[in-house]
Amino acid sequence: HTRGLEASLSAFSFLFSEMIQYSQKRVAGVADLEKRLSNFGYRVGMRELELTLWREKNAKRETRVLGILVFINSTLWKSLFGKVADSLQKSNDHDDEYMITDNDPIILKYISTPKELSSFNAGAFLAGIVEAVLDGCHFAARVTAHSTASDQFPSCMTLLIKFDKSVMQR
Amino acid sequence: MQGTPQPRATAASNQPGARAKAAGEDIWKNRTDKINAELFTLTYGSLVAQLVKDYEDYAEVNTQLDKMGYNIGTRLIEDFIAKSGLTKCGSFVETADVISKIGFKMYLGITPTITNISQDQKEFSLILEDNPLAEFVELPEDAVRDGLWYSNVLCGVLRGALEMVLLQVECNFVADVLRGDEVTEIRVRLVKVLDEEVPAADE
Repeated sequence: HTRGLEASLSAFSFLFSEMIQYSQKRVAGVADLEKRLSNFGYRVGMRELELTLWREKNAKRETRVLGILVFINSTLWKSLFGKVADSLQKSNDHDDEYMITDNDPIILKYISTPKELSSFNAGAFLAGIVEAVLDGCHFAARVTAHSTASDQFPSCMTLLIKFDKSVMQR
Repeated sequence: MQGTPQPRATAASNQPGARAKAAGEDIWKNRTDKINAELFTLTYGSLVAQLVKDYEDYAEVNTQLDKMGYNIGTRLIEDFIAKSGLTKCGSFVETADVISKIGFKMYLGITPTITNISQDQKEFSLILEDNPLAEFVELPEDAVRDGLWYSNVLCGVLRGALEMVLLQVECNFVADVLRGDEVTEIRVRLVKVLDEEVPAADE
């Protein structure tokens, strides 16, 4: 039983950074690299969803878009990072797009990106986690990570969630 | 000439073991940023799964995990020394003690037991009662048959970290509860003390 148990953030960061470097040797460009990281996250997300549902709410799955988003924003974030995500917003321009923002993602704390890879966002790993959770609850979506850094929050990251047509139609 | 290396943290104590244990616990409790162990475990699992997919060969996965561990170890040792303030260990047996009570504690929150120290004191075993990497893991039959050592990254980490402090070791798993063994055991053997150190000061 690992609930509430902790590992050191440095151990995680060493591992994570090695995973990025491993992936980097096998990809053609930034998009590929992010895809690989997202795959890493996807496998984590699938399992974390099972664990979280099993613990939190009698294994009931969300059926409404807003319900699942709130679940990710609060319950999932809490069980992964010990805190609720900083914001959940609906896009003004597109009905099928939502955004979850973390001002200071803990897993990126020790990850720095060299200049030549400045468009790369290691948050792709988180995007993969969220995509798996959505998939696991039958909300097909594409999730991408974007840096939304500001002076106040230099590592701020936003996940853009774009739902599949099939989800929006029901 | 180099004198006999003296470990700073334990020189004043007659019970280096107890001292190391307290130091390890203090660092873990008060000076370590932490993360949910589950996220860590699942992330490692995701890596192993990817390697199995990329190499389709469990022996090669062992090799890759060891390599990645080595890369981690060479960087981790700096973090370890900075946080622990330790300098040199007086003997390889003391190194074992520091690895188990400070090293493992600092990074994984566990303290493996040291057993089977060889007569020449150049080999020892670490018994991991609680292996956080392997939580939730059940190996498929073919992985057991073909010899996957799931947590092999740890061997690489030890090898890399120790090499950076001039201890060349061989390190491998000899038993794993994931494979149906009674215990999870890592064997560490000192091959030689490397001799390329620049003297700290003119003596």
